[in-house]
Amino acid sequence: MNNIVKEILLKNVLIPTKINVDKKVLETLQLLKREKVIHPVITISSNTPSKIAGIDEVRKQIEDYINERNLNVTILEVGSLGLSSLELIISVQLPGKTRLFFKQVNSENIILILDGIFNNFIQEEYVLGQLKNKIQEPWAQVPFLDEIAYFNFQQRLILNQCGFIDVNSIDEYIAFGGYQTFVKTINQNTPGEVCDIVEESLLRGRGGEGYSTGKKWKIASSTVSPQKYLICNAGESDPGAFMERLLMESDPHNVIEGIAIAAYAISAQKAFIYIESDYELAIQRIRNAIDQATAYGLLGHDIMGTGYNLEIIIKQGAGAYVCGEETALIKNIEGKRGKPHSKPPYPATKGLFGQPTVVNNVETLVNVPVILDKGAEWFKSIGTEDSKGTKVFSISGKVEYTGLVEVEMGTKIRDVIFRIAGGIRNNKRFKAVHIGGPSGGCLTEDHLDTLIDFESIMLVGASLGAASLVVLDEDNCILDTVKYFMDYLQKESCGICIPCREGTRRMAEILENISKRPKDENGYATLQRFKGVMQLETLAEVLKDTSMCGLGRKAANPVLSTLKWFRDEYEEHIFERNCSAGVCQELRTFEIDVDACTGCTLCAKKCPTGAIFGTPKNVHFIVQDKCIGCGICFETCKFSAIISK
Amino acid sequence: MQEIEKILDQYPFVQRDNLIPILQDIQNTFGYISEEAIVKVGSYLKMPTSKIYGLATFYNQFRFSPKGKYHIKICNGTSCHVNANNLIISEVEKILGIKNGENTKDNHFSLEITSCMGVCGMGPVMAVNDKYYTLITVQKVKDIISNYQQMEV
Amino acid sequence: MSVNIEVNNKTIQAKKGETILEALNRNGIKVPTLCRMEGLSPTGACRLCVVEVEGKSGLTPSCSYPIEHPMKIWTHSPRVISARKMLVELLLSNHPDDCLYCIRNGDCELQNLAVELNVRERRISGEKTKINLDQSSPGMVRDPSKCILCGRCVRVCDEVQDVSTFDFINRGNSTLIATSMSKDLNFSNCINCGQCIMVCPTGALHEKTSFDIIQEMLNNKDIKVIAHYSSSVPVSLAKALGLKPGKDVNGLLNAALKGIGFDKVFDSAFGADIAIYEQAAELADRIKNEENLPVLSSCCPGWIKYMEQLHPDMIDLVSTTKSPQQILGTLIKGYYAEKEQISPEKIFTISITPCTAKKFEAQREEMTHKGVSDIDQVITTRELIKLIHLYGIDIHSLNDEFSDEPFNTRSSASKLVSVSGGMTEAVARTLNYFFTGKELSPIQVPKLRGIKNIKEIVLKMDKKNINFVVVSGLKNANKILAEIREGKIKADFVEIMACPGGCINGGGQPFCNDEKVQKTMIKAIYSTDDKEAIKVAHKNPGVLKLYNDFLKEPLSRVSNKNLHTGYKEREVLL
Repeated sequence: MNNIVKEILLKNVLIPTKINVDKKVLETLQLLKREKVIHPVITISSNTPSKIAGIDEVRKQIEDYINERNLNVTILEVGSLGLSSLELIISVQLPGKTRLFFKQVNSENIILILDGIFNNFIQEEYVLGQLKNKIQEPWAQVPFLDEIAYFNFQQRLILNQCGFIDVNSIDEYIAFGGYQTFVKTINQNTPGEVCDIVEESLLRGRGGEGYSTGKKWKIASSTVSPQKYLICNAGESDPGAFMERLLMESDPHNVIEGIAIAAYAISAQKAFIYIESDYELAIQRIRNAIDQATAYGLLGHDIMGTGYNLEIIIKQGAGAYVCGEETALIKNIEGKRGKPHSKPPYPATKGLFGQPTVVNNVETLVNVPVILDKGAEWFKSIGTEDSKGTKVFSISGKVEYTGLVEVEMGTKIRDVIFRIAGGIRNNKRFKAVHIGGPSGGCLTEDHLDTLIDFESIMLVGASLGAASLVVLDEDNCILDTVKYFMDYLQKESCGICIPCREGTRRMAEILENISKRPKDENGYATLQRFKGVMQLETLAEVLKDTSMCGLGRKAANPVLSTLKWFRDEYEEHIFERNCSAGVCQELRTFEIDVDACTGCTLCAKKCPTGAIFGTPKNVHFIVQDKCIGCGICFETCKFSAIISK
Repeated sequence: MQEIEKILDQYPFVQRDNLIPILQDIQNTFGYISEEAIVKVGSYLKMPTSKIYGLATFYNQFRFSPKGKYHIKICNGTSCHVNANNLIISEVEKILGIKNGENTKDNHFSLEITSCMGVCGMGPVMAVNDKYYTLITVQKVKDIISNYQQMEV
Repeated sequence: MSVNIEVNNKTIQAKKGETILEALNRNGIKVPTLCRMEGLSPTGACRLCVVEVEGKSGLTPSCSYPIEHPMKIWTHSPRVISARKMLVELLLSNHPDDCLYCIRNGDCELQNLAVELNVRERRISGEKTKINLDQSSPGMVRDPSKCILCGRCVRVCDEVQDVSTFDFINRGNSTLIATSMSKDLNFSNCINCGQCIMVCPTGALHEKTSFDIIQEMLNNKDIKVIAHYSSSVPVSLAKALGLKPGKDVNGLLNAALKGIGFDKVFDSAFGADIAIYEQAAELADRIKNEENLPVLSSCCPGWIKYMEQLHPDMIDLVSTTKSPQQILGTLIKGYYAEKEQISPEKIFTISITPCTAKKFEAQREEMTHKGVSDIDQVITTRELIKLIHLYGIDIHSLNDEFSDEPFNTRSSASKLVSVSGGMTEAVARTLNYFFTGKELSPIQVPKLRGIKNIKEIVLKMDKKNINFVVVSGLKNANKILAEIREGKIKADFVEIMACPGGCINGGGQPFCNDEKVQKTMIKAIYSTDDKEAIKVAHKNPGVLKLYNDFLKEPLSRVSNKNLHTGYKEREVLL
């Protein structure tokens, strides 16, 4: 950390009143924000997907390139822009020009790109866009980033710095306005006033239940107790959601600031961040950010001379989806099995170690600084009647562009999928979109005009939850997807209450039975199978009515929503014993192509149920009634004479 | 073992909420939680071993037997699943003859089906120890495993 | 503060802050429960107690939800009944279908729920969890396939007994209840107290039964089969045999046992008197020498195993006197066998007790001599009742009979031993006689009576102040032992019983949820002490004769050889 810069920022920027705008301060800020650069700066996207895709090798190549040519170039690490499918992304900012972003960079093309840019030539096929800059000269014929469809339709309040800001620099964060809100708030507002502002802004918890954040804070605030706690839930075990991971890796100080303001609002002097242990990079960045903030006097004892103390501690999760539920999370931190418990008492009155505890989702907390900065009225002007602000999604599946998107509440799902994420790839047909992970539901083409907000999504049988959007196309089987979620849930259930523990298991078995063709199914077994299917809806209702926690209550969501909207697919599997998407392996039907079959008898020999008949050198024949769809003949045939349907 | 003592020394306060961090340190150091470790931790934190065992079996992170020399992780996040990773999983199970959580008899390979690794744009994803492989197909899997098998010959 | 709430369209009175279930029960409305335990905080885990509350989506667990005002509740609406029925069916779908062969047939809470909710067909079927039986422990058998994961055994072992043998392991539908490292019970720290059996709603936990060998022995004309029973047994049988609860059926029991075919029927209370006598002598000795105090009692085998595992530093303080059961066993196979000139191998002793830990005690190394066990089999009160039915004994048509000589007399002090505090009161009476030559006056010590968990009293004996401490339930015992170690308590004699309330609540007693029945049993014990003439162990004529003929005096060489034992540290996974 540069001590001179630190002094300037502490004296002139991190102050409760208006910023001191003398020339030296302005210039420092300009350089920190990279509104202008003195020598070239290259930023590399350093996050989990990019690390897996090989960014470290590319970085080495860049370093070698620079050293060989004795160039004075700074390399910085940034987070993710949210465009995971276009990784690796780097940017180059030459003195006097705007910052230029390149996509799909790899070991093969990096030298080409560098050669080009240092000779004022752009490799167009790899250009993503340029960043708007008031004082620098733009590159010709290069789109601005905010003009690209992916960014144009987004409203990035929370993600606006992700992928742009140096993840290792607190100075840059402060230069962009970071921590100023925190310093102003603890100097000028009482904790009660902060709760009022947040309540007035109608901010709702982004973690799933959508409860009013301000109200929750007020309950904790008003409960008399010597010790209160704030817990930031960055658990995110939802398979298919990576929003919290990328947020923590790309803008860790924003997370810290949100936590700090929230902790102040409820007069907590200890805050915990719950992060899964396999989020190694996120943990490292957050730890780094805490250390840097503490060195600046923004955390720790007597913060900025106001007398307020705050310690933020990282607690690593040990791998349990159920620990995303607030009471289970609290148990985890206390060193116990992650079993949820009945509410009341609510954590806000009696939580961690028996003290008032507020558990907030990361996304909720990251909204807090901007609300305090721009005001409750401003926040209320974004979004719909009941759902204010924006929502961040991780979108994946069969779309063109996967990654993180942030849209204003009230945006249509259609726009997210087709305008931002580029629609279905490979020209396939859209089948369904699954919102909210294992606790969510599937929506059909008819629902694409549904607005994204808490109420509208619930009305169609899904749940906003931790908001992951997985897009399915014609090659995906809905039943298979539901089975996947049910399998996941029965493994992740904590096992303490009967409906969830036994119910999810039975539902998973019923779904398994629907997508399987058992070896020798007699009449009794068929009857049992039908009985099971009829129970699916009843079981789902009981699960919803009696489960102890959200996991159980919402476990039936995938099944119930798909039963509503995709009933024909269920019936096809049950009655016709067919999977038209071709995914359910055991429901495949196989036929022998009479023109290609040479009568080698290999398939007949390997068939486990003796379903193939034929004499040597003559065309063979598969008896469908005996076929269990295992596919061994398909793999065995050397003449591609077996067709799978 | 001395290393367990070293880990316990890092947590001077005998309180139950140190249990998971201690176990995590032990898991990271040794690769698994042994009976000896549980007894030592129980004695240090003044907790019954049944509670520690009960807690450790609840969470995915903790194993009770060592990993293989080459620990294979296959991502089973939603995105990888809809990108047909079941073919990859069955291929690995077929080649090595083991299922999720098991080791091969020579302890060269162990298999773990994990939750989302966060690389959803480039699935299906597989990792062998610390090396990641993206956009894998059945053929790629055959080649990758075969390479590691060659190294052991 | 009292509030009015509406339940099933009627108004009832409830107190603000109590749970819905408490309010319902007080007003006579019954709702099924499964995971609920008296005296412990509710978890709301089983969801069977759900009720419909107006304004709440989903159903609400009545055991843990507090009363609010106003509140409108339906306890048996179609939605609620349908949900409860489905929950029981889900349990049954993962339960073996072998009720007719199960030890809890007719006495099983799951059966009762299925009947109450009118489950008539198998709507849900699927894979059942299959796990092997654990028969490694001499006292208990675990059958995890019958476990419905209510968690009561875990809670009683952890929160009441402080042993924590079990906990839940794994997650989701792989959840099981297991010991540390999933070892068998005999490798765990289980002390066989059987409190888990007492709370288990199904046949997942039960005592190890041994009817086959008993029947074989009864059939064998060459073997003399001798039965003896602890002092709690005669007061615990009445309800199960269709008699007035709390009636002391000592005479009828003798008759029943003789009717079954036992060659001799002795009274373990005789052994209890000897135990009292020897312990009092030990205590007097140590008080005189002012060393190794306090004396910790030794008649509870659960406590002994617990001490060997967790408090081996206290071994020297524990009394070396054997338990009444073992004393009688030693005397039968030694003194009696010699007197009657029967070879000890030809005698088969069966001890009838309220305790499952005694099954463990009987097979301890120290209780066996030259390959012959002092006690060959131990059966619990529950098993006795089954045995009585098996042999077609009609208790109503029997007349009182006496138990057999030479072990048939007892003082009322030996009866007191069944309840926590009784051993102390009995020892105090004999100790007073040793110190003063007179009987304790007043002879009854009400402060030591009742099932309160910790009791303390100071009695003056010959200008000395003797401090007595009584504790039952091992969690309480740990507390007292810690205070002893820190020197915060002054004690000369500490009575420790593993089962809360003493042997009357042992792990082998008949299952009974009715507090009133338990109270009548305890009342019967105390009324014996009121009625009988011989109230002290040292005046038991049979005992005095035995000492005269054989043992000579307490702590003599012969007494030490026959009536005293030793302990050693045990290495188990704590």
